[in-house]
Amino acid sequence: MRDYHKGIRDFILTNLVFDEGAALGNDTSFLDSGLIDSTGFLELIMFLESTYGIKVAPEEMVPGNLDSIDRAAQFLKRKLGEDTA
Amino acid sequence: MTERQFDSDLLQFDCEKEADRIGALLRETLLRAFKKEGAVVAMSGGIDSSVVAALAVRDLGKKRVFGLLMPERDSASETLPLSRQLAEHLGIQYAHEDISPMLEAAGCYRRRDEAIRRAIPDYGPGCKSKIVLPPFVEDQRLRLFKVVVQYPDGRLTESVLNLEAYLGIVAATSFKQRTRKMLEYYHADRLNYAVLGTTNRLEYELGFFVKLGDGAADFKPIAHLYKTQVYRMADFLQLPETIRQRPPTTDTYSLPQSQEEFYFSLPCDKMDLVLCGKNNGYHAAEVGPAVRLTPQQVEWVFRDIEAKRRVARYLLAPPVLVEAISSEPDPPPPASSLSRAPSSIPQV
Repeated sequence: MRDYHKGIRDFILTNLVFDEGAALGNDTSFLDSGLIDSTGFLELIMFLESTYGIKVAPEEMVPGNLDSIDRAAQFLKRKLGEDTA
Repeated sequence: MTERQFDSDLLQFDCEKEADRIGALLRETLLRAFKKEGAVVAMSGGIDSSVVAALAVRDLGKKRVFGLLMPERDSASETLPLSRQLAEHLGIQYAHEDISPMLEAAGCYRRRDEAIRRAIPDYGPGCKSKIVLPPFVEDQRLRLFKVVVQYPDGRLTESVLNLEAYLGIVAATSFKQRTRKMLEYYHADRLNYAVLGTTNRLEYELGFFVKLGDGAADFKPIAHLYKTQVYRMADFLQLPETIRQRPPTTDTYSLPQSQEEFYFSLPCDKMDLVLCGKNNGYHAAEVGPAVRLTPQQVEWVFRDIEAKRRVARYLLAPPVLVEAISSEPDPPPPASSLSRAPSSIPQV
């Protein structure tokens, strides 16, 4: 089963945090930490859609799906039908 | 926890004293420090620009204030008559410059419409639009912009904006504020006047302005005043009732759009209180009762304020230089050194 954590982490550190060496926990809340603003979330959504070929519906644009590396990876697995949990 | 209980009285202030304080600094800055003969004010018929214009007249005199009325095709129908009413009430010279042709020529409307069509493909002639954020105090904290479109037959539709569409719409509509600023400085240059900004504290502190658009100015008389305080100043200055009663609007999109639905998390009066509370060290639980929000909801607004302040830092930042360059004039040489200076007159 693919692990999407690294791809998501690399994208966030390179394109949104601009510090590829920064420490970023898999469960760090982007909202609570202030790491990503609303424009940043749009960029994250665009990255997920263009890289993994998914479409994020408006009702799916919620913190539960996108507010940490863990949540984004889990959301991706569900969208790709790889979540067997 | 702070000593004083949090309530709306924190926004009370002495209007006359504050108007005098603003006036003293305005005269000192414009007339003496900048050596400018007066002030240009862009007047939209809204409360902020009206208060700025009235303060300028109070402090500089009506002969030293020039008003600019700059509507465009998306402006509300009351914008021009209200701004003209205020200019005549204050007795100042003013000019009406319709900026629609300039915006058309720059492709403002075309670029904006192309960006909207990325979200709503059948957006076309006769359609009206605005962009909105969902209300803040619901559970949904991921606040992403939507575009709302009204078709010519009155039907409404909306769509969440993707990144390209959102940035494209904002970039295109920013032509409006930047075009107005260009005209303000044209008139300021030809009159040897300075330009007064009209941003209030909510806007200044939270980045609700366009960089080098309405964010640019030589002096900002009300950037330290909360919106509630601007209204109190308007009462003190006895501005026309029609202007004092006009609801705040961005007056930027073809559909009426409140500042709350575009940018701020809450109506301005509540946003004032939450920002004031945060600025004065109050906790969410202390602020909540005054704005009828739960501590959790106030915490969300606090976090939104922090996020917006980060945006504002960029908008307010001056250009970065590689090394500091002093703009202070060199001090005059000591008097005793003049006799030793080589003569520039050729010796014969």
